[in-house]
Amino acid sequence: MVDLSVDIAGLTLKNPVMPASGTFSEELAEVFDIECLGAHVTKTITRGFRDGNPTPRVCEVGGSMLNSIGIPSKGVAAFLEKVVPFYRDYETPLVVSISGNTADEFAALCAEVSVEGVAAIEVNISCPNIEEDGKAFAIRPSSTYEVMRKLRRATRLPLWAKLTPNTGETPEVARAAEEGGADALVVANTLLAMAIDIRTRRPKLGNLMGGLSGPSLKPIALRMAYQCAKATGIPVIGCGGIATAEDVVEFLIAGATAVQVGTATFINPTAMLTIIADLERYLEREGIASVRDLIGTVIDGEQKAGVVFMEAAP
Amino acid sequence: MLTQNPPMASGRPQPTVFERDLAVRANQPVNGEYMRLVVEAPPEMLARCRAGQFFHLLCPSAGTDQPYLRRPMSIYGFYPQEGTLHFLYKVAGAGTRALFHLAPGDRLNVLGPLGRGFHIAEDWQRLVLLARGVGLATLAPLALEAHRLGRHLTAICSARRPDLLMSVDYFRHLGADVITVTDAEGTSDVAHLESLLEGLIAGAGVDAFYTCGSNRLLALLQRMGKRHGIPGQIALEQQMACGLGMCHCCVRPFRKDGATVQLRVCREGPVFDMQEAMPW
Repeated sequence: MVDLSVDIAGLTLKNPVMPASGTFSEELAEVFDIECLGAHVTKTITRGFRDGNPTPRVCEVGGSMLNSIGIPSKGVAAFLEKVVPFYRDYETPLVVSISGNTADEFAALCAEVSVEGVAAIEVNISCPNIEEDGKAFAIRPSSTYEVMRKLRRATRLPLWAKLTPNTGETPEVARAAEEGGADALVVANTLLAMAIDIRTRRPKLGNLMGGLSGPSLKPIALRMAYQCAKATGIPVIGCGGIATAEDVVEFLIAGATAVQVGTATFINPTAMLTIIADLERYLEREGIASVRDLIGTVIDGEQKAGVVFMEAAP
Repeated sequence: MLTQNPPMASGRPQPTVFERDLAVRANQPVNGEYMRLVVEAPPEMLARCRAGQFFHLLCPSAGTDQPYLRRPMSIYGFYPQEGTLHFLYKVAGAGTRALFHLAPGDRLNVLGPLGRGFHIAEDWQRLVLLARGVGLATLAPLALEAHRLGRHLTAICSARRPDLLMSVDYFRHLGADVITVTDAEGTSDVAHLESLLEGLIAGAGVDAFYTCGSNRLLALLQRMGKRHGIPGQIALEQQMACGLGMCHCCVRPFRKDGATVQLRVCREGPVFDMQEAMPW
């Protein structure tokens, strides 16, 4: 019997596989028993009501997808009244994903969702910050640090900072999040991208640009997970294109402690179940007693820190 | 890939949506444009199917076509006694081109049944469906349901040419009165349809309208519904990712209580109240 459990800043997960925010909701419980997951991560909410972006909100691009949903939200009151109670029937830890337009609004929401039944808060600092010309908090180390400081003061629950690949300063942003009070890093959100229909010459997304996710994002997210694990002392949760148990093993070896599965669930709603079962079989086959024995075991030799922290191609 | 949903822990509801690899029984043309795909489906899946619902199909790769996301497709027919599920499609893009290459015995991964189907209220005795092209596929199981409930159905089937009319024999077989209109014969224009519908209303009467897929037909039926106080339903489409309601990709605007709201086609639909639907 192999041990799949991992520890994320004091929170024990029965296995390292959980859904990525925005690709999971109560509806998945109609397909399988979601109690088998390492954690439940809800779709990002904002304090107030948001309609979201114009359609089309999704398109596919060469074996991956672009989306621009725009964080539609029913607001915090509806979330606390309807969504949080649903998950109280489960023992699986509930991780609530939140976002805000300003650091203060973000922190206020952070306090409001710090309620019974919530095990951790994932702060989506990859969303646009209207005080910084719409640039996401996690694009710059300074805005990352400032928002994390305010979020840290707003709650005693573990804070997971969700980083963006749309930065040229991944290790610096990761360290800023850690210094600002993050207990873990979720690495990473989608990569800003675009697709155009050459017949109509119109962008394929109603919002013109959107986030790339799926298998083509995986090498980028893996590189970032590796950099963040090297740059900080807090757990990294890998996220980006993970679709198989082999993908999970690769992220763990790179330094991630757990992973989030997103777009793969859209292709196969039971993907996470398959991944958990296959991960267990992999450990048995390889004679590895605990999934924790894989974390950060990448053989990267005597590479200089300068290479590890590189942002451009060599 | 799992081909069975695992059992739920005790005390939790059993799965209501199934992800399954199903065997293809047939995949043949029904006319010059449309194909019918028949797959073998298990009883628990067929038992939950309702007219107007859809399945989310994982179209296989075929040559250079490598569809990534699933493709939503309305149920054309479901037959628990035969153990089959039918879809009607027109080859249009990478997903449907891939479906075209499926042969008997091949496997197709399906997710469903999904969404909310058509509603036939207790006191709706005389139903009228009006649709065109592949929209007639979505409305085909409604005819089956109307037949099962012993309601009278008039099916107005529209197409570009008489040889492209679909489901006509199927509707007749289920006891429906069928009226065909085509562009080629100059009978499919709104003015003619309006006089046809006025005739039905003035005759034996109409209790509910059903339609699918066309802005022009929606506008006509909304106008006639308001004029005569006749309720109706419409099945709508939208690009989807998850099909379950998680991603919020497939929203469309609706008028509800004087405001415009965004509803998910996969979850709150694909069948909606006709007067709440907005032209696109």
